[in-house]
Amino acid sequence: MKGRVLGGAALVLADGDSVATALEDLEAGREIHNGNHAMTLTDDVPFGHKFALEPLSAGETVQKYGEVIGRATEAVAAGEWVHTHNCESTRGRGDVAATEAER
Amino acid sequence: MRREFTGYRRESGRIGVRNHVAVLPTSVASSCVARGIAAEAGAWARATPHQMGASQPDESREQTERVLVGVGRNPNVGAALVVEFGTEDIDADEIADRIARDGKPVETLSVREVGGTAAALQRGRTALDSLNEAAANARHESADASELVVGVECGGSDATSGIAANPAVGDACDRLVAAGGTASFSETPEFIGAEHVLAERCADEETRRRLLDRVERREATADLMGVDLRGAQPSPGNQEGGLTTIEEKSLGAISKGGTTPVRGIVDYAERLPVGGGLVLMDTPGYDVESVVGKVAGGAQIIVFTTGRGSTTGNPVAPVVKVTGNPRTWERMRANMDVNAGAVVEGDATISEAGERVFDEVLAVADGKRTGAETRRMEEFAITEVHPRELAEVRST
Repeated sequence: MKGRVLGGAALVLADGDSVATALEDLEAGREIHNGNHAMTLTDDVPFGHKFALEPLSAGETVQKYGEVIGRATEAVAAGEWVHTHNCESTRGRGDVAATEAER
Repeated sequence: MRREFTGYRRESGRIGVRNHVAVLPTSVASSCVARGIAAEAGAWARATPHQMGASQPDESREQTERVLVGVGRNPNVGAALVVEFGTEDIDADEIADRIARDGKPVETLSVREVGGTAAALQRGRTALDSLNEAAANARHESADASELVVGVECGGSDATSGIAANPAVGDACDRLVAAGGTASFSETPEFIGAEHVLAERCADEETRRRLLDRVERREATADLMGVDLRGAQPSPGNQEGGLTTIEEKSLGAISKGGTTPVRGIVDYAERLPVGGGLVLMDTPGYDVESVVGKVAGGAQIIVFTTGRGSTTGNPVAPVVKVTGNPRTWERMRANMDVNAGAVVEGDATISEAGERVFDEVLAVADGKRTGAETRRMEEFAITEVHPRELAEVRST
Protein backbone atom coordinates (compact mmCIF):
# COMPACT_ATOMS: atom_id res chain seq x y z
CA MET A 1 0.00 0.00 0.00
CA LYS A 2 1.16 3.50 -0.76
CA GLY A 3 1.32 5.90 2.13
CA ARG A 4 1.80 5.56 5.86
CA VAL A 5 -0.27 3.26 8.10
CA LEU A 6 -1.20 4.54 11.57
CA GLY A 7 -1.18 1.63 14.00
CA GLY A 8 -2.92 -0.70 11.52
CA ALA A 9 -6.05 1.47 11.85
CA ALA A 10 -5.77 4.17 9.24
CA LEU A 11 -3.82 5.23 6.17
CA VAL A 12 -2.23 8.59 5.36
CA LEU A 13 -1.73 8.63 1.59
CA ALA A 14 0.77 11.49 1.31
CA ASP A 15 2.82 13.73 3.57
CA GLY A 16 0.95 16.91 4.35
CA ASP A 17 -2.51 15.28 4.02
CA SER A 18 -5.02 16.68 6.51
CA VAL A 19 -7.11 13.48 6.61
CA ALA A 20 -6.47 9.74 7.10
CA THR A 21 -8.56 6.83 5.73
CA ALA A 22 -9.91 4.20 8.16
CA LEU A 23 -8.70 0.68 7.34
CA GLU A 24 -11.36 -0.86 9.60
CA ASP A 25 -14.50 0.34 11.36
CA LEU A 26 -13.15 2.69 14.04
CA GLU A 27 -15.13 3.66 17.13
CA ALA A 28 -15.33 7.05 18.81
CA GLY A 29 -12.83 7.25 21.64
CA ARG A 30 -10.16 5.26 19.78
CA GLU A 31 -6.71 6.75 20.21
CA ILE A 32 -4.70 7.28 17.03
CA HIS A 33 -0.98 8.07 16.96
CA ASN A 34 0.34 10.10 14.06
CA GLY A 35 4.08 10.45 14.53
CA ASN A 36 4.50 12.42 17.75
CA HIS A 37 0.87 13.51 17.82
CA ALA A 38 -1.89 11.54 19.49
CA MET A 39 -5.57 12.21 18.93
CA THR A 40 -8.84 10.68 20.04
CA LEU A 41 -11.59 9.99 17.52
CA THR A 42 -14.63 12.10 18.34
CA ASP A 43 -16.93 10.11 16.01
CA ASP A 44 -17.30 6.56 14.74
CA VAL A 45 -15.40 6.38 11.46
CA PRO A 46 -16.55 3.51 9.18
CA PHE A 47 -14.12 1.50 7.04
CA GLY A 48 -12.98 3.59 4.06
CA HIS A 49 -14.13 6.88 5.60
CA LYS A 50 -11.87 9.73 6.72
CA PHE A 51 -11.02 11.65 9.87
CA ALA A 52 -9.09 14.89 10.35
CA LEU A 53 -5.46 14.61 11.40
CA GLU A 54 -5.35 18.27 12.41
CA PRO A 55 -7.90 20.99 13.22
CA LEU A 56 -9.41 22.59 10.10
CA SER A 57 -11.10 25.98 10.01
CA ALA A 58 -14.23 26.66 7.97
CA GLY A 59 -13.30 27.22 4.32
CA GLU A 60 -9.89 25.59 4.67
CA THR A 61 -8.89 23.12 1.94
CA VAL A 62 -8.82 19.40 2.77
CA GLN A 63 -5.83 17.41 1.45
CA LYS A 64 -5.67 13.70 0.51
CA TYR A 65 -3.29 12.01 -1.98
CA GLY A 66 -1.21 15.19 -1.55
CA GLU A 67 -3.93 17.08 -3.47
CA VAL A 68 -6.97 19.21 -2.65
CA ILE A 69 -10.13 17.10 -2.39
CA GLY A 70 -12.48 19.86 -1.18
CA ARG A 71 -12.93 22.43 1.57
CA ALA A 72 -14.26 22.29 5.11
CA THR A 73 -17.73 23.85 5.43
CA GLU A 74 -17.32 24.32 9.18
CA ALA A 75 -14.57 24.09 11.79
CA VAL A 76 -13.38 20.49 12.16
CA ALA A 77 -11.42 19.18 15.16
CA ALA A 78 -8.58 16.67 14.93
CA GLY A 79 -10.06 13.17 15.20
CA GLU A 80 -13.43 14.23 13.76
CA TRP A 81 -15.10 12.28 10.95
CA VAL A 82 -14.73 14.21 7.65
CA HIS A 83 -17.43 13.60 5.05
CA THR A 84 -20.22 15.34 3.12
CA HIS A 85 -21.62 16.95 6.29
CA ASN A 86 -18.51 19.07 6.84
CA CYS A 87 -16.56 18.94 3.56
CA GLU A 88 -17.67 19.95 0.07
CA SER A 89 -16.38 19.87 -3.48
CA THR A 90 -15.18 23.00 -5.20
CA ARG A 91 -15.86 21.59 -8.69
CA GLY A 92 -18.78 20.81 -11.00
CA ARG A 93 -21.04 23.22 -9.14
CA GLY A 94 -23.69 23.95 -11.77
CA ASP A 95 -26.06 24.77 -8.88
CA VAL A 96 -23.84 27.63 -7.75
CA ALA A 97 -23.53 28.90 -11.35
CA ALA A 98 -27.34 28.78 -11.71
CA THR A 99 -27.93 30.69 -8.45
CA GLU A 100 -25.36 33.30 -9.42
CA ALA A 101 -26.95 33.69 -12.86
CA GLU A 102 -30.29 34.50 -11.20
CA ARG A 103 -28.77 37.28 -9.13
CA MET B 1 5.79 -12.81 -16.38
CA ARG B 2 3.88 -14.50 -19.19
CA ARG B 3 3.49 -12.54 -22.42
CA GLU B 4 1.93 -14.94 -24.92
CA PHE B 5 -1.61 -16.09 -25.57
CA THR B 6 -3.49 -17.82 -28.37
CA GLY B 7 -6.05 -15.70 -30.19
CA TYR B 8 -7.98 -15.29 -33.44
CA ARG B 9 -6.18 -13.45 -36.24
CA ARG B 10 -8.46 -11.14 -38.24
CA GLU B 11 -8.08 -9.89 -41.81
CA SER B 12 -7.45 -6.42 -40.34
CA GLY B 13 -4.31 -7.81 -38.71
CA ARG B 14 -5.70 -7.35 -35.20
CA ILE B 15 -5.97 -10.32 -32.85
CA GLY B 16 -9.19 -11.34 -31.08
CA VAL B 17 -9.32 -13.14 -27.74
CA ARG B 18 -12.81 -14.52 -28.42
CA ASN B 19 -14.55 -15.61 -31.61
CA HIS B 20 -18.11 -14.32 -31.28
CA VAL B 21 -20.71 -13.64 -33.93
CA ALA B 22 -22.24 -10.24 -33.09
CA VAL B 23 -25.93 -9.48 -33.65
CA LEU B 24 -26.20 -5.69 -33.87
CA PRO B 25 -29.64 -4.01 -33.83
CA THR B 26 -29.73 -0.52 -35.36
CA SER B 27 -32.39 0.71 -32.90
CA VAL B 28 -34.56 -0.28 -29.96
CA ALA B 29 -37.17 -1.45 -32.50
CA SER B 30 -34.96 -4.34 -33.64
CA SER B 31 -33.32 -5.02 -30.28
CA CYS B 32 -35.75 -7.70 -29.07
CA VAL B 33 -35.46 -9.60 -32.32
CA ALA B 34 -31.65 -9.34 -32.23
CA ARG B 35 -31.63 -10.70 -28.70
CA GLY B 36 -33.98 -13.52 -29.68
CA ILE B 37 -31.90 -14.57 -32.68
CA ALA B 38 -28.70 -14.69 -30.61
CA ALA B 39 -30.32 -16.50 -27.67
CA GLU B 40 -31.60 -19.31 -29.89
CA ALA B 41 -28.26 -19.73 -31.65
CA GLY B 42 -26.10 -20.31 -28.59
CA ALA B 43 -23.36 -18.72 -26.51
CA TRP B 44 -21.16 -17.96 -29.53
CA ALA B 45 -23.76 -15.45 -30.76
CA ARG B 46 -23.80 -12.15 -28.85
CA ALA B 47 -26.51 -9.53 -29.22
CA THR B 48 -26.08 -5.85 -28.33
CA PRO B 49 -29.65 -4.67 -27.60
CA HIS B 50 -29.87 -0.93 -26.83
CA GLN B 51 -32.39 1.85 -26.31
CA MET B 52 -31.63 4.25 -29.16
CA GLY B 53 -34.71 5.21 -31.20
CA ALA B 54 -35.33 4.93 -34.94
CA SER B 55 -34.83 8.68 -35.37
CA GLN B 56 -32.03 10.56 -33.68
CA PRO B 57 -30.48 14.02 -34.05
CA ASP B 58 -27.50 13.81 -36.44
CA GLU B 59 -24.85 14.03 -33.72
CA SER B 60 -26.50 11.21 -31.75
CA ARG B 61 -27.04 9.08 -34.84
CA GLU B 62 -23.41 9.40 -35.89
CA GLN B 63 -22.31 8.37 -32.42
CA THR B 64 -24.63 5.35 -32.44
CA GLU B 65 -23.32 4.36 -35.87
CA ARG B 66 -19.74 4.68 -34.65
CA VAL B 67 -20.54 2.36 -31.73
CA LEU B 68 -22.27 -0.28 -33.89
CA VAL B 69 -19.47 -0.23 -36.49
CA GLY B 70 -16.83 -0.25 -33.75
CA VAL B 71 -18.34 -3.24 -31.95
CA GLY B 72 -18.64 -5.07 -35.28
CA ARG B 73 -14.98 -4.32 -36.02
CA ASN B 74 -13.81 -5.39 -32.56
CA PRO B 75 -11.33 -8.24 -33.08
CA ASN B 76 -13.29 -10.47 -30.68
CA VAL B 77 -16.03 -10.50 -33.32
CA GLY B 78 -15.49 -13.05 -36.11
CA ALA B 79 -18.62 -12.15 -38.09
CA ALA B 80 -21.65 -9.90 -37.64
CA LEU B 81 -25.35 -9.69 -38.41
CA VAL B 82 -26.84 -6.18 -38.53
CA VAL B 83 -30.56 -6.21 -37.74
CA GLU B 84 -32.88 -3.31 -38.57
CA PHE B 85 -36.60 -2.95 -38.12
CA GLY B 86 -36.68 -1.13 -41.43
CA THR B 87 -37.72 2.42 -40.57
CA GLU B 88 -34.51 3.61 -38.90
CA ASP B 89 -32.48 6.60 -40.01
CA ILE B 90 -29.47 4.34 -39.60
CA ASP B 91 -28.93 2.27 -42.72
CA ALA B 92 -28.09 -1.36 -41.84
CA ASP B 93 -26.36 -1.89 -45.19
CA GLU B 94 -24.08 1.06 -44.58
CA ILE B 95 -23.16 -0.24 -41.09
CA ALA B 96 -22.49 -3.66 -42.61
CA ASP B 97 -20.31 -2.15 -45.36
CA ARG B 98 -18.23 -0.21 -42.84
CA ILE B 99 -17.66 -3.38 -40.77
CA ALA B 100 -16.93 -5.48 -43.88
CA ARG B 101 -14.13 -3.10 -44.96
CA ASP B 102 -11.90 -5.06 -42.59
CA GLY B 103 -12.69 -8.23 -44.58
CA LYS B 104 -15.14 -9.50 -41.94
CA PRO B 105 -18.19 -11.58 -42.98
CA VAL B 106 -21.31 -9.44 -42.38
CA GLU B 107 -24.99 -9.91 -43.24
CA THR B 108 -28.04 -7.69 -42.77
CA LEU B 109 -31.65 -8.45 -41.91
CA SER B 110 -34.75 -6.22 -42.05
CA VAL B 111 -37.62 -7.29 -39.80
CA ARG B 112 -40.16 -5.41 -41.90
CA GLU B 113 -38.84 -6.66 -45.21
CA VAL B 114 -38.87 -10.36 -44.27
CA GLY B 115 -42.44 -10.09 -42.97
CA GLY B 116 -42.27 -9.68 -39.20
CA THR B 117 -40.68 -11.17 -36.12
CA ALA B 118 -41.26 -14.90 -36.74
CA ALA B 119 -39.73 -14.76 -40.20
CA ALA B 120 -36.90 -12.54 -38.90
CA LEU B 121 -36.07 -15.01 -36.15
CA GLN B 122 -35.99 -17.86 -38.66
CA ARG B 123 -33.97 -15.99 -41.31
CA GLY B 124 -31.68 -14.58 -38.68
CA ARG B 125 -30.95 -18.02 -37.34
CA THR B 126 -30.00 -19.31 -40.80
CA ALA B 127 -27.79 -16.28 -41.40
CA LEU B 128 -26.09 -16.73 -38.04
CA ASP B 129 -25.27 -20.38 -38.73
CA SER B 130 -23.47 -19.54 -41.94
CA LEU B 131 -21.72 -16.53 -40.32
CA ASN B 132 -20.56 -18.82 -37.52
CA GLU B 133 -19.09 -21.24 -40.04
CA ALA B 134 -17.22 -18.34 -41.64
CA ALA B 135 -16.00 -17.12 -38.24
CA ALA B 136 -14.76 -20.61 -37.41
CA ASN B 137 -12.23 -20.27 -40.27
CA ALA B 138 -10.25 -17.63 -38.31
CA ARG B 139 -6.61 -18.57 -37.82
CA HIS B 140 -6.10 -19.55 -34.18
CA GLU B 141 -2.54 -18.47 -33.50
CA SER B 142 -0.05 -17.36 -30.92
CA ALA B 143 0.09 -13.64 -30.15
CA ASP B 144 1.99 -11.29 -27.86
CA ALA B 145 0.86 -8.95 -25.08
CA SER B 146 1.96 -6.03 -27.29
CA GLU B 147 -1.12 -6.72 -29.46
CA LEU B 148 -3.55 -6.26 -26.58
CA VAL B 149 -5.74 -3.20 -26.21
CA VAL B 150 -7.02 -3.26 -22.64
CA GLY B 151 -9.78 -0.93 -21.48
CA VAL B 152 -9.79 0.01 -17.81
CA GLU B 153 -12.96 0.92 -15.96
CA CYS B 154 -14.19 1.43 -12.42
CA GLY B 155 -17.66 1.05 -10.98
CA GLY B 156 -19.10 0.92 -7.50
CA SER B 157 -16.03 2.72 -6.17
CA ASP B 158 -15.32 3.10 -2.49
CA ALA B 159 -12.27 4.28 -0.59
CA THR B 160 -10.44 0.97 -1.23
CA SER B 161 -10.60 1.64 -5.00
CA GLY B 162 -8.18 4.54 -4.73
CA ILE B 163 -5.78 2.83 -2.34
CA ALA B 164 -5.73 -0.79 -3.58
CA ALA B 165 -7.65 -1.91 -6.71
CA ASN B 166 -6.93 1.14 -8.89
CA PRO B 167 -3.20 1.36 -8.08
CA ALA B 168 -2.91 -2.43 -8.65
CA VAL B 169 -4.61 -2.16 -12.04
CA GLY B 170 -2.45 0.89 -12.76
CA ASP B 171 0.61 -1.24 -12.09
CA ALA B 172 -0.75 -3.86 -14.55
CA CYS B 173 -1.25 -1.06 -17.13
CA ASP B 174 2.37 -0.01 -16.66
CA ARG B 175 3.40 -3.63 -17.30
CA LEU B 176 1.23 -3.79 -20.43
CA VAL B 177 2.61 -0.50 -21.78
CA ALA B 178 6.17 -1.70 -21.04
CA ALA B 179 5.32 -4.86 -23.04
CA GLY B 180 4.31 -2.64 -25.98
CA GLY B 181 0.54 -2.83 -25.62
CA THR B 182 -2.26 -0.25 -25.30
CA ALA B 183 -4.08 0.63 -22.08
CA SER B 184 -7.06 2.96 -22.12
CA PHE B 185 -9.07 4.52 -19.34
CA SER B 186 -11.92 7.01 -19.62
CA GLU B 187 -14.84 8.45 -17.63
CA THR B 188 -14.03 12.14 -18.15
CA PRO B 189 -16.20 13.40 -15.23
CA GLU B 190 -13.79 11.42 -13.05
CA PHE B 191 -10.84 13.46 -14.28
CA ILE B 192 -12.38 16.56 -12.62
CA GLY B 193 -10.13 17.63 -9.78
CA ALA B 194 -7.27 15.43 -11.04
CA GLU B 195 -6.86 16.87 -14.54
CA HIS B 196 -3.76 18.86 -13.54
CA VAL B 197 -2.06 15.57 -12.58
CA LEU B 198 -3.00 13.98 -15.92
CA ALA B 199 -2.12 17.13 -17.88
CA GLU B 200 1.42 17.03 -16.54
CA ARG B 201 1.75 13.50 -17.88
CA CYS B 202 0.59 14.27 -21.43
CA ALA B 203 3.23 13.39 -24.00
CA ASP B 204 2.61 16.53 -26.09
CA GLU B 205 0.91 19.92 -25.97
CA GLU B 206 -1.90 18.90 -28.36
CA THR B 207 -2.95 16.01 -26.06
CA ARG B 208 -2.71 18.26 -23.01
CA ARG B 209 -4.92 20.91 -24.59
CA ARG B 210 -7.47 18.33 -25.79
CA LEU B 211 -7.62 16.69 -22.36
CA LEU B 212 -8.23 19.96 -20.50
CA ASP B 213 -10.81 20.97 -23.12
CA ARG B 214 -12.75 17.70 -22.64
CA VAL B 215 -12.73 18.00 -18.86
CA GLU B 216 -13.92 21.61 -19.10
CA ARG B 217 -16.72 20.54 -21.43
CA ARG B 218 -17.91 17.81 -19.01
CA GLU B 219 -17.84 20.22 -16.11
CA ALA B 220 -19.69 22.81 -18.21
CA THR B 221 -22.42 20.24 -18.88
CA ALA B 222 -23.27 20.43 -15.19
CA ASP B 223 -23.46 24.22 -15.57
CA LEU B 224 -25.63 23.86 -18.69
CA MET B 225 -28.08 21.69 -16.83
CA GLY B 226 -27.97 23.97 -13.80
CA VAL B 227 -27.30 21.02 -11.55
CA ASP B 228 -24.82 20.28 -8.85
CA LEU B 229 -22.56 17.48 -10.02
CA ARG B 230 -22.40 16.36 -6.39
CA GLY B 231 -25.83 14.73 -6.71
CA ALA B 232 -24.31 12.17 -9.06
CA GLN B 233 -20.59 12.49 -8.38
CA PRO B 234 -19.67 10.88 -6.15
CA SER B 235 -22.81 8.70 -6.33
CA PRO B 236 -24.77 7.98 -3.14
CA GLY B 237 -23.11 4.53 -3.11
CA ASN B 238 -19.66 6.09 -3.46
CA GLN B 239 -20.49 8.40 -0.55
CA GLU B 240 -21.58 5.50 1.62
CA GLY B 241 -18.21 3.94 0.79
CA GLY B 242 -16.42 6.98 2.15
CA LEU B 243 -15.85 9.13 -0.95
CA THR B 244 -16.78 12.73 -0.13
CA THR B 245 -16.09 14.80 -3.26
CA ILE B 246 -15.55 14.36 -7.01
CA GLU B 247 -11.93 15.50 -6.54
CA GLU B 248 -11.33 12.67 -4.08
CA LYS B 249 -13.00 10.12 -6.38
CA SER B 250 -11.02 11.38 -9.41
CA LEU B 251 -7.66 11.32 -7.68
CA GLY B 252 -8.30 7.68 -6.77
CA ALA B 253 -9.77 6.88 -10.19
CA ILE B 254 -6.87 8.08 -12.34
CA SER B 255 -4.43 5.74 -10.59
CA LYS B 256 -6.02 2.83 -12.48
CA GLY B 257 -4.29 4.00 -15.68
CA GLY B 258 -0.81 3.66 -14.21
CA THR B 259 2.02 6.11 -14.38
CA THR B 260 3.15 6.19 -18.03
CA PRO B 261 2.81 9.26 -20.28
CA VAL B 262 -0.65 9.98 -21.73
CA ARG B 263 -0.13 9.46 -25.48
CA GLY B 264 -3.50 10.72 -26.67
CA ILE B 265 -7.21 11.15 -26.01
CA VAL B 266 -9.82 9.82 -28.44
CA ASP B 267 -13.57 10.43 -28.80
CA TYR B 268 -16.26 8.11 -27.46
CA ALA B 269 -16.09 4.81 -29.44
CA GLU B 270 -13.25 6.11 -31.65
CA ARG B 271 -10.65 3.54 -32.72
CA LEU B 272 -7.87 2.94 -30.18
CA PRO B 273 -4.39 2.28 -31.60
CA VAL B 274 -2.53 -1.04 -31.20
CA GLY B 275 0.85 -0.56 -29.52
CA GLY B 276 -0.23 2.92 -28.46
CA GLY B 277 0.80 3.06 -24.81
CA LEU B 278 -1.63 4.85 -22.49
CA VAL B 279 -4.49 6.48 -24.44
CA LEU B 280 -7.53 8.12 -22.82
CA MET B 281 -11.09 8.05 -24.16
CA ASP B 282 -13.66 10.81 -23.56
CA THR B 283 -16.66 8.92 -22.11
CA PRO B 284 -19.36 9.52 -19.51
CA GLY B 285 -18.93 8.17 -16.00
CA TYR B 286 -21.75 5.64 -16.43
CA ASP B 287 -19.78 2.41 -16.45
CA VAL B 288 -21.83 0.35 -18.95
CA GLU B 289 -21.74 3.09 -21.60
CA SER B 290 -18.09 3.74 -20.89
CA VAL B 291 -17.14 0.04 -21.29
CA VAL B 292 -19.09 -0.10 -24.55
CA GLY B 293 -17.19 2.96 -25.84
CA LYS B 294 -13.85 1.25 -25.30
CA VAL B 295 -15.02 -2.08 -26.74
CA ALA B 296 -16.22 -0.15 -29.80
CA GLY B 297 -12.73 1.39 -29.84
CA GLY B 298 -11.27 -2.10 -30.23
CA ALA B 299 -10.43 -3.15 -26.66
CA GLN B 300 -10.32 -6.96 -26.51
CA ILE B 301 -10.39 -7.07 -22.69
CA ILE B 302 -11.77 -4.78 -19.98
CA VAL B 303 -10.29 -4.66 -16.50
CA PHE B 304 -12.91 -3.35 -14.09
CA THR B 305 -12.17 -2.28 -10.53
CA THR B 306 -14.85 -2.18 -7.88
CA GLY B 307 -14.99 -1.54 -4.18
CA ARG B 308 -18.63 -2.02 -3.29
CA GLY B 309 -19.12 -4.72 -5.89
CA SER B 310 -20.33 -4.90 -9.49
CA THR B 311 -21.39 -7.79 -11.72
CA THR B 312 -21.21 -5.91 -15.04
CA GLY B 313 -19.95 -7.61 -18.19
CA ASN B 314 -20.05 -6.98 -21.94
CA PRO B 315 -21.39 -9.01 -24.88
CA VAL B 316 -18.12 -9.21 -26.84
CA ALA B 317 -15.26 -8.43 -24.45
CA PRO B 318 -14.40 -10.37 -21.29
CA VAL B 319 -14.55 -8.12 -18.21
CA VAL B 320 -12.01 -8.91 -15.46
CA LYS B 321 -13.19 -7.79 -12.01
CA VAL B 322 -10.65 -6.57 -9.50
CA THR B 323 -11.70 -5.58 -5.99
CA GLY B 324 -9.63 -3.94 -3.27
CA ASN B 325 -12.32 -4.45 -0.67
CA PRO B 326 -11.74 -7.70 1.30
CA ARG B 327 -15.43 -7.81 2.30
CA THR B 328 -16.59 -7.58 -1.32
CA TRP B 329 -14.12 -10.32 -2.29
CA GLU B 330 -15.66 -12.61 0.33
CA ARG B 331 -19.29 -11.69 -0.25
CA MET B 332 -19.26 -11.66 -4.06
CA ARG B 333 -16.53 -14.21 -4.69
CA ALA B 334 -18.21 -15.73 -7.77
CA ASN B 335 -18.43 -12.35 -9.53
CA MET B 336 -14.83 -11.30 -8.78
CA ASP B 337 -11.69 -12.40 -10.65
CA VAL B 338 -8.74 -10.83 -8.84
CA ASN B 339 -8.41 -9.98 -5.15
CA ALA B 340 -6.50 -6.79 -4.49
CA GLY B 341 -7.90 -6.71 -0.95
CA ALA B 342 -4.66 -8.28 0.21
CA VAL B 343 -3.12 -4.82 -0.34
CA VAL B 344 -5.52 -3.25 2.20
CA GLU B 345 -4.82 -6.05 4.66
CA GLY B 346 -1.07 -5.52 4.26
CA ASP B 347 -0.51 -9.01 2.81
CA ALA B 348 0.53 -7.89 -0.69
CA THR B 349 2.29 -4.93 -2.22
CA ILE B 350 0.69 -2.96 -5.06
CA SER B 351 3.30 -4.40 -7.40
CA GLU B 352 2.43 -7.99 -6.39
CA ALA B 353 -1.28 -7.31 -6.90
CA GLY B 354 -0.47 -5.61 -10.23
CA GLU B 355 1.40 -8.70 -11.41
CA ARG B 356 -1.62 -10.84 -10.50
CA VAL B 357 -3.89 -8.57 -12.55
CA PHE B 358 -1.51 -8.69 -15.54
CA ASP B 359 -1.26 -12.51 -15.34
CA GLU B 360 -5.05 -12.77 -15.18
CA VAL B 361 -5.41 -10.55 -18.26
CA LEU B 362 -3.07 -12.84 -20.21
CA ALA B 363 -4.90 -15.96 -18.96
CA VAL B 364 -8.24 -14.45 -20.00
CA ALA B 365 -6.75 -13.49 -23.39
CA ASP B 366 -5.77 -17.14 -23.70
CA GLY B 367 -9.36 -18.28 -23.12
CA LYS B 368 -9.92 -18.37 -19.37
CA ARG B 369 -13.50 -17.33 -18.62
CA THR B 370 -14.19 -14.41 -16.31
CA GLY B 371 -16.92 -14.46 -13.66
CA ALA B 372 -19.04 -12.14 -15.82
CA GLU B 373 -18.63 -14.40 -18.89
CA THR B 374 -19.53 -17.57 -17.01
CA ARG B 375 -22.73 -15.89 -15.80
CA ARG B 376 -23.44 -14.30 -19.19
CA MET B 377 -23.48 -10.77 -17.78
CA GLU B 378 -23.66 -8.78 -21.01
CA GLU B 379 -24.84 -5.22 -20.37
CA PHE B 380 -24.86 -2.94 -23.37
CA ALA B 381 -25.76 0.75 -23.60
CA ILE B 382 -24.83 3.60 -25.92
CA THR B 383 -24.36 7.07 -24.50
CA GLU B 384 -26.70 9.77 -25.72
CA VAL B 385 -25.65 13.27 -26.67
CA HIS B 386 -27.50 15.41 -24.13
CA PRO B 387 -30.00 17.84 -25.76
CA ARG B 388 -28.41 20.87 -24.09
CA GLU B 389 -24.99 19.68 -25.21
CA LEU B 390 -26.41 19.52 -28.73
CA ALA B 391 -27.67 23.08 -28.45
CA GLU B 392 -24.24 24.16 -27.24
CA VAL B 393 -22.37 22.32 -30.00
CA ARG B 394 -24.64 23.83 -32.65
CA SER B 395 -24.36 27.37 -31.35
CA THR B 396 -20.56 27.37 -31.50
